[in-house]
Amino acid sequence: MYQAIVFFPLLGALIAGLFGRVIGHRNSEYITTGLLIASALLSCVAFVDVGLNGNASKILVLSWLQSGSLVIDWTLRIDTLTVVMLVVVTGVSSLVHVYSIGYMSHDEHRARFFAYLSLFTFMMLMLVTADNFLQLFFGWEGVGLASYLLIGFWFKKASANAAAMKAFVVNRVGDFGLILGMSAIYYSVGSLQFDEVFAAAGALANGKFDFLGMTLPALTTICLLLFMGAMGKSAQFLLHTWLPDAMEGPTPVSALIHAATMVTAGVFLVARCSPLFELSQTALNVVIVIGAITAFFAATVGLVQNDIKRVIAYSTCSQLGYMFVGLGIGAYQAAMFHLFTHAFFKALLFLGAGSVIHAIGDEQDMRKMGGLRQLIPATFLMMFIGTIALTGFPLTAGYFSKDAIIEGAFAAHAAPHMFAFAMLIIAAFFTSFYSWRLMFLTFFGAPRCSNDTLSHVHESPPVMLVPLIVLAFGALIAGFAFSGLFIGDTQTAFWSGTIFTSADNHVLHDLHNVPSWVKLSPLLMMLSGFVLAYIMYIRYPKWPGEIAEQHDLIYKFLLNKWYFDEIYDFLFVRPAKWIARVLWKGGDGAIIDGLGPDGIASSVQRVTRRIVGLQTGFVYHYAFVMLLGVASFVTWLMLTAQ
Amino acid sequence: MIDWPLLSTLTFLPLLGALFILLVRGDEETVAANSRAVALWTTVVTLLLSIFMVTRFDGSEAGFQFVERAQWLAPGIDYAMGVDGISVLFVVLTAALMPICILASWVSVKTRVREYMLAFLVLETLMIGVFCSMDIILFYLFFEAGLIPMFLIIGIWGGARRIYASFKFFLYTLVGSVLMLLAILYMYWQTGTTFIPDLAAHGFDADVQTWLWLAFFASFAVKMPMWPVHTWLPDAHVEAPTAGSVILAGVLLKMGGYGFLRFSLPMFPIASDMFSPMVLALSAIAIVYTSLVAFAQEDMKKLIAYSSVAHMGFVTMGIFSATMQGVQGAVFQMLSHGWISGALFLCVGVVYDRMHTREIVAYGGLANRMPIFATVFLLFTMANVGLPGTSGFVGEFLTIIGTFQVSTWTALFAASGVIFSAVYALSLYRRVSFGRIEHEGLQQIADMDRREIFIIAPLVIATIVFGFWPMPILELTAPSIEALVSGYQEALANHYYGLEVQAVE
Repeated sequence: MYQAIVFFPLLGALIAGLFGRVIGHRNSEYITTGLLIASALLSCVAFVDVGLNGNASKILVLSWLQSGSLVIDWTLRIDTLTVVMLVVVTGVSSLVHVYSIGYMSHDEHRARFFAYLSLFTFMMLMLVTADNFLQLFFGWEGVGLASYLLIGFWFKKASANAAAMKAFVVNRVGDFGLILGMSAIYYSVGSLQFDEVFAAAGALANGKFDFLGMTLPALTTICLLLFMGAMGKSAQFLLHTWLPDAMEGPTPVSALIHAATMVTAGVFLVARCSPLFELSQTALNVVIVIGAITAFFAATVGLVQNDIKRVIAYSTCSQLGYMFVGLGIGAYQAAMFHLFTHAFFKALLFLGAGSVIHAIGDEQDMRKMGGLRQLIPATFLMMFIGTIALTGFPLTAGYFSKDAIIEGAFAAHAAPHMFAFAMLIIAAFFTSFYSWRLMFLTFFGAPRCSNDTLSHVHESPPVMLVPLIVLAFGALIAGFAFSGLFIGDTQTAFWSGTIFTSADNHVLHDLHNVPSWVKLSPLLMMLSGFVLAYIMYIRYPKWPGEIAEQHDLIYKFLLNKWYFDEIYDFLFVRPAKWIARVLWKGGDGAIIDGLGPDGIASSVQRVTRRIVGLQTGFVYHYAFVMLLGVASFVTWLMLTAQ
Repeated sequence: MIDWPLLSTLTFLPLLGALFILLVRGDEETVAANSRAVALWTTVVTLLLSIFMVTRFDGSEAGFQFVERAQWLAPGIDYAMGVDGISVLFVVLTAALMPICILASWVSVKTRVREYMLAFLVLETLMIGVFCSMDIILFYLFFEAGLIPMFLIIGIWGGARRIYASFKFFLYTLVGSVLMLLAILYMYWQTGTTFIPDLAAHGFDADVQTWLWLAFFASFAVKMPMWPVHTWLPDAHVEAPTAGSVILAGVLLKMGGYGFLRFSLPMFPIASDMFSPMVLALSAIAIVYTSLVAFAQEDMKKLIAYSSVAHMGFVTMGIFSATMQGVQGAVFQMLSHGWISGALFLCVGVVYDRMHTREIVAYGGLANRMPIFATVFLLFTMANVGLPGTSGFVGEFLTIIGTFQVSTWTALFAASGVIFSAVYALSLYRRVSFGRIEHEGLQQIADMDRREIFIIAPLVIATIVFGFWPMPILELTAPSIEALVSGYQEALANHYYGLEVQAVE
């Protein structure tokens, strides 16, 4: 059964990819989607079997590598942490497949699109079922490839190509850390197998490790290198720049890859490695601080963006920050819970945004929307549900998972934790503001698009609305239904050891005992964000423009995403291009060739020109020298033999 | 076991084909057609024979197999052939790339076809000979003679600046090969034998090792090529015809690495150990430096050539880490780079045959008209970048993890190669395949035809199969490499332990 879950998507990808032309678009769509739905249903069975009945297992598929003591197998590791991810990945992916049948119906390369989507799903499943770091890395790079292909799906668009490449390269910066992390693990433990590495965690915690001439604590170094990989994949502060650009891809891709699944791989990695991180407070503090900064930073940028997808993209970035804070404070379960609920409402928001974009003729600028509430009521309702779930309206999904992280951050009382608490509270306010701003700009007020466009606005077909309804259902009840299992009383039995918490880690317990003002503050932030957005975009719609004009500097700073792209361009891209040319023309051309072959060449050439014709002379010349060598050698042999 | 000289047959079979081609008579077209046919059949039979050899090869054995030995030049200098786990797969790689080269030149080579095919068949004999030699003189002959047909291929069928390119090649290799010959003479004078296993067991003095190591290094470093003696390679590649580039990148570049494994490490372990920091540093420089230079290239072949130098940096790094993973990764990387870079040059050949330019700016938007090409080119671009699941990853990862145990600095720079390689390879792919078709000439460009697909298909299969399942190669090479690494470590331990004992006394 587990093989089927993982390999059905691959099968679909191969059929659609290789034979898409032969079997036609329609069949490609049906085959890939059908196989994914099957995979999703089996995943639900697996969730019950493993998560609730505790039947974890491992399945050896094939041996991969063996070199000396390094032994790596292709193995499917099915435990609670895996099945949670299985449900998220196959669930969202199958819905996105269904949705894409409608959304991509006008595209002439649909078969290829579905092949990529299924390929992505397969890679993601390999990532979450990995039993060792290398297989995880395989999935990790594989989803990077699929993401590259899907962002650049419309390969005629220059901006899409640039975004695809940026995503791949920035991710590789993180992978650089991950490769070194794996090397460090093998060097200190002698294995890359999860179980063996985790068993050695205690020894590592006290171990020292020579790295780049410094003697460093082994475990912390390893954790930070792994976290570097997580930062790249999950678009954390400093390595986040690729995620907003990735919105160049088709919207279903943004929902699947850049909201619900791939970007959460970093969260999954840290959760999987909880036996390592839990023993290094330094690493955990770094995770907290980076997560908190990301949550805050991305939310501030989200406040002023005008592209509907970019607002949601920054929101994703920000929510990923929440998850990392959850991991950093030791509440891995809460982080995984937020990952789980976030998948529902963020996929819902993206697909809803796609439905809006689809409805008004591929327009993404919210300044050209407005008043769509009556025209596309079903989409509006879905987006509304997504918004209240994201902002944490009581009893919706976000309310349970996000608040648990905020309260958990307060519970610890250490400096990084309090910093994170403050950041998250402010970010919660911003989240509410930008979410409602998005709703008001898109659905309320007077329409700002042309009359021609307006007359063509239409509600999406059922094939697109049904996935929205399923996700909306999840966004409403997932928190309520699963909070007991994930972070409540039964969590120990549910996770059954797949998440390790040290003996003095009581954060899941402590978060219930925080003062009531802490518990109320997220709610307060949510309400005030809503009220402010209401005032600014419904009551006094002139205000935002005036404020932006008055505080031009801040507005520009936020609008230009804190100028990260410009800074990176100045710091890395331009110098790299410059150095590349200097090394080529100066290093290779002037110095090496100039002093070496060309220098000698010019003098030898003068000589040889006199001796032999230049045309093919060198070959014979060379042969001659060699023969001379052999001849003299043989002569010498004959002389010495006597 | 086999009681007939399998390796000699394998080595000289292409030469037999070459003789046949010499006998071909008739007008120009008949000669061309018959030469092609003879060359193809000869290389195919050679390939089949090499596959037969691998099936008979005992993968659990560390030593040489199919050994042939006969009196030759002088006492101690024998005609000796044999393959072990390190060399056996290079023989197959050579034999497998040859039919591909012949087919790749089927249409594009129009002038002096007979001589062209002759050059390739002679080249095959010499290359297989290099990997089968068990005698260092025999090795040297094959090793140096192999360059002559390569010169001819570049010099006669090459591009506009072919004379400059072959001259550069000549200058670099000359110095190295003369030094190596002197070293070989000295070794014979010292030991009275040129039989490779005997030389490896001899145990040269530590001081002598230093000089011998340097002499061999001069030759192998150029062949690799290592930074800073790499500048002949981009020029040679650019001027060579497609098939010439495939053989150059696929097989000839591996001879340096093979030489390190066959001679430097086992015969001069103490010197290898002493110089390993230098080699690791040069490898790290090669990876970063040439990756950056590749990024600035405007010519497709040059870009791939520079990326080859970077990949060979992983090989030298792995070899001189002298760890099991490092060396095995290096051997795997050499094999895998053989078919990946070969395939990349074939890809360039596909578009070059249509447009007659290698300038990157002359292309763009090929994915619109050439979906099959775009897919194949993407696969090999990703393999070149070292994506897991392709064979390009296995070698890169093993060499990094092997080197990490010896030098974290080197591993750090090598790992940064994963970023740089993504930059240059993807930017090449983007500029060639993506976007709209802007150039008038590309509007009607045709996708890969059947012959081209047929040629590249085996390389596609090898890249994917050995990416997911490299075990056959790793298992086959393991015993010999294990013996090599443990022998090396033992020699070092004896040497340094010996010193300690003296100090105590």
